[in-house]
Amino acid sequence: MNIKHYSSIVLASAIFAALLTPATLTAQQNKPWEKIPAVKLHDFKPQQPRQIVLKNGIVIFLQEDHELPFVYGRVSIPGGERDEDLAKAGLVSLYSGTWRTSGTAKLSGDAMDDLLESKAASIETFYSDDAVSLSWRSLKEDSDEVLTLALDLLFHPKFSVEKLKLAQQQEATNVVRRNDNAGGIAYRESEKLVYGANSPYTHQPELATIGAITIDDLNAWHDLSIHNKLFLVIGGDFDPAAMEAKLRLAFESLPPVKALPVRHDVFAGPKPGITFIDKKDVNQSTIEIVGLGTDRHNPDVPTLAVMNEILGSGFSSRLFQKVRTELGLAYGVGGGYGYTYDHPGEFSVYVGTKSATTVQAIQATLGEIAGLTTKPFTQVELDQARNSILNSFLFQYDTKRKVLNEQARFAYYGYPADYLETYEAGIKKVTLADLDRVARKYIHPDKLAVLVVGNGAEIKPGLEELKLGPIQSVDITIPKPPQPASDQNKQ
Amino acid sequence: MQRRRVPRYWKLLWVLVLAAMAWPFVQAQDLKSFEQKITTKVLPNGLTLIICERPDAPVFSFATYVDAGDVNDPSGESGLAHMFEHLAFKGTSEIGTTDWAAEKVALAKVEAANDAYEAEYLKPIGRDPVKLAALKKAFEDVQAEAHTFVVPNQFTSVAERSGATGLNAGTGLDQTVYFWSMPQSRLELWAWLESGRLADVQPREFYKERDVVNEERRMRTDSDPTGRLVEQFLATAYVAHNYGRSGVGWPSEVSQITATQAMEFHRKYYVGANIVVAVAGDVKASEALPMLEKYFGRVPGGPKPEEMTTVEPKQFAEKTVTIREQTQPFFIEGYHRPDFRDPDSAVYDAISDIMSNGRVSRLYRSLVRDQQIAAQAQGFSPYPGGKYPGLFAFYAVPVPGHTPAEMRDAIHKEIARLQTADVSDEELQMFKTRTRANLLSGLADNQGLAFALSEYQTRYGDWRELFLQLYRVDKVTKADIRRVANQVFVPSNRTSAWIETEATATAAQKVGGAQ
Repeated sequence: MNIKHYSSIVLASAIFAALLTPATLTAQQNKPWEKIPAVKLHDFKPQQPRQIVLKNGIVIFLQEDHELPFVYGRVSIPGGERDEDLAKAGLVSLYSGTWRTSGTAKLSGDAMDDLLESKAASIETFYSDDAVSLSWRSLKEDSDEVLTLALDLLFHPKFSVEKLKLAQQQEATNVVRRNDNAGGIAYRESEKLVYGANSPYTHQPELATIGAITIDDLNAWHDLSIHNKLFLVIGGDFDPAAMEAKLRLAFESLPPVKALPVRHDVFAGPKPGITFIDKKDVNQSTIEIVGLGTDRHNPDVPTLAVMNEILGSGFSSRLFQKVRTELGLAYGVGGGYGYTYDHPGEFSVYVGTKSATTVQAIQATLGEIAGLTTKPFTQVELDQARNSILNSFLFQYDTKRKVLNEQARFAYYGYPADYLETYEAGIKKVTLADLDRVARKYIHPDKLAVLVVGNGAEIKPGLEELKLGPIQSVDITIPKPPQPASDQNKQ
Repeated sequence: MQRRRVPRYWKLLWVLVLAAMAWPFVQAQDLKSFEQKITTKVLPNGLTLIICERPDAPVFSFATYVDAGDVNDPSGESGLAHMFEHLAFKGTSEIGTTDWAAEKVALAKVEAANDAYEAEYLKPIGRDPVKLAALKKAFEDVQAEAHTFVVPNQFTSVAERSGATGLNAGTGLDQTVYFWSMPQSRLELWAWLESGRLADVQPREFYKERDVVNEERRMRTDSDPTGRLVEQFLATAYVAHNYGRSGVGWPSEVSQITATQAMEFHRKYYVGANIVVAVAGDVKASEALPMLEKYFGRVPGGPKPEEMTTVEPKQFAEKTVTIREQTQPFFIEGYHRPDFRDPDSAVYDAISDIMSNGRVSRLYRSLVRDQQIAAQAQGFSPYPGGKYPGLFAFYAVPVPGHTPAEMRDAIHKEIARLQTADVSDEELQMFKTRTRANLLSGLADNQGLAFALSEYQTRYGDWRELFLQLYRVDKVTKADIRRVANQVFVPSNRTSAWIETEATATAAQKVGGAQ
């Protein structure tokens, strides 16, 4: 929760060189910073994790890291929110939220809390679109005990009715609060414009679907998904041979894993046009401009990364330069053409501006998006973007933990072990012609949808000025829960 | 540039303090090993440099900690420190300009035009709309003229293309902190950029950036229910001290700050004695120091700014704020507590840990798990700052069907438990154990270390206090917790604020203010 008045915002943003007129370049002759040499970068070979594939198909990544006396690990179980039944929307969230708090037959969740906290250790469960994971972390001296506990929880959960009820209340709290924050509404509803309202990636829990989920549903989900292809990632201060032996003992005797069927998610993308959601308690419009993106298997991804850097990432990007620095219309502005690991991502550009300048900010932002195909990329832009990516690439793997997580992530999604190297090499090779081709191939302003969440009474001139067609509306009213039988009797 | 409450590190480090009690060897070992890695140097201009050598990977992070924040904004100029922080990304007389001599002349015209416009705008009677429009046009024209000399965002572009990552800054009430991480090969470039902007910032594109900051206020405060509530909560809790004033600035003030005011703030507060720069990573102090001294020696000297005289008077009236609007209910309350130097500081940390940390905490177990009336409930301190006496605050987020009044009563019940019975040995011990683990895990991160070292050096005059305060924390007893709880958590010292949900809109929802 954001209670401090300084919270943080991730600002993706845009490029400067468009404004660098030739006159500017010639006038600025003295550039003292260019006289400061880069010294030789110290040799650095990041330690790679070791991959072990068990006979049954379970994959383990191990990374020794003795800097601190901690051991941390995670087991990912394929199957997440996108795989749940629409009628049971919220199931995966409730499964994850009930699992750890319930505990096992041997040790209740509450007792586990006491035990772990006394050791400053943790075991937690998480969920995402495509997986549920169980993670743990402890000081070295407690690592055997905590690993044993984590494995017990993994294989022998005992879902409790009482903890399910608690998780249902937490989830219901999220549902009833989901329209309090304009940014949250814009993010959620713009995703629905891209993928459809009831797609695997956008269906949302409602009070009714949450309330209908039972312990049997949780057990059924667990019993089915625990046989999926488990993926273990362990790092920290341990003896690798001993750790491997422990993990083999725990996992090797399991039956062969069942791979989830490969998904073939195909989306048509948004219906072009403009959608407005009225929110009377704001004085700033939150705007999302969205379309369909791609996935990382696409060979154009390195070029798209450079294009994104030029369009809307960082202080030098075109969007930051135009909408924030030059026009002073926004604090937050940025975005780009998204790519995910195994399904189409989103093209998404965000901007927040005071109600009165909504139309102006949308026009300026759309102008920069369209400009990708009409305003030629310059060598200065290319160099700036490419150098920004390449010179900070080191930060993808400057700790053993980052190397472990990166390698494990790409392996999890079936990418080759040298994916990052290939990607980096790809960035180095991007040319102006590549940028041009990719922009023309992927940027289609006429296929984008614009969503505005703002205060209708204050938005003057009105959105019709944009001439993006009839203004669509979305009803975001939160459906009431079904009435319990006893209440119905009273009425 | 975001406004961020920079270091939660001091929380983390308190924690680390506790660690020492249970495991004295950890503390001794860590302090000793850090003394070998850390070099501190005070330059003739008063600026302190700290270098922490961690050659694990060829990268470094820095934090420039300026001992001035929005608490130092002069009356009528709330939001000034933050506005200045934005300006510090706009370059200097050497970077960001095509012709500094000409740009300087143009910027003087911008300032004069703004003064003329503001004078007309603020006329209490007889404001002439035609004249005002003409003055506005003149103001825009000279800004356009000044803009012709600007190379936009050149400062940040040079940093980014040289590998800067996580480039940002945060302004709190107590401090302003600038930071990023970079490959070790560009240490000298960083020193040139960072010392340059500290010494030689110029009021470039100030008025456009002021518009940006006003958008930041709309996003964080005006258009966010919790943002609106918290601003009212603090304004009510304080009657005299600047902790009660909007940090991002009241709309009428932050929209009228001038470049002259920002430069005056710089002149007064950005002096060597008020700045600590910490670098952590693959940097060898013996090699880097002469170079760093050369660059950071450019920062002006001058006396440390005088301390503020205002002390918040003792509260004697319980205060409440109610916002009725169509958003979901929320509850927060706060009690005045002393500043970070108070001998009981560690006791406050123990209370906040025992009440709030994790699923074993008292507020979670009582409000969330057992009564099932809240989705979240915590206490935290100090808030909104720690340099001066802040608040010990509690908040709770009700689950559907429950009210702020129920949150209040349940929190008060837990406070009463603290006041009437000792915490358990296990609770106190858990706090210490967590502290040790948290401290340890913070020591392997360059950026985190740079924040912590610069903050402790600023607040205590010695980064070692990060480790040494363990001894003070070690002395916290169950009786201390009861004593402090009885002293501080009393109704006359309390301010509460909550949101009550209404079915239809009311006047309270009309937000806005000066543009």
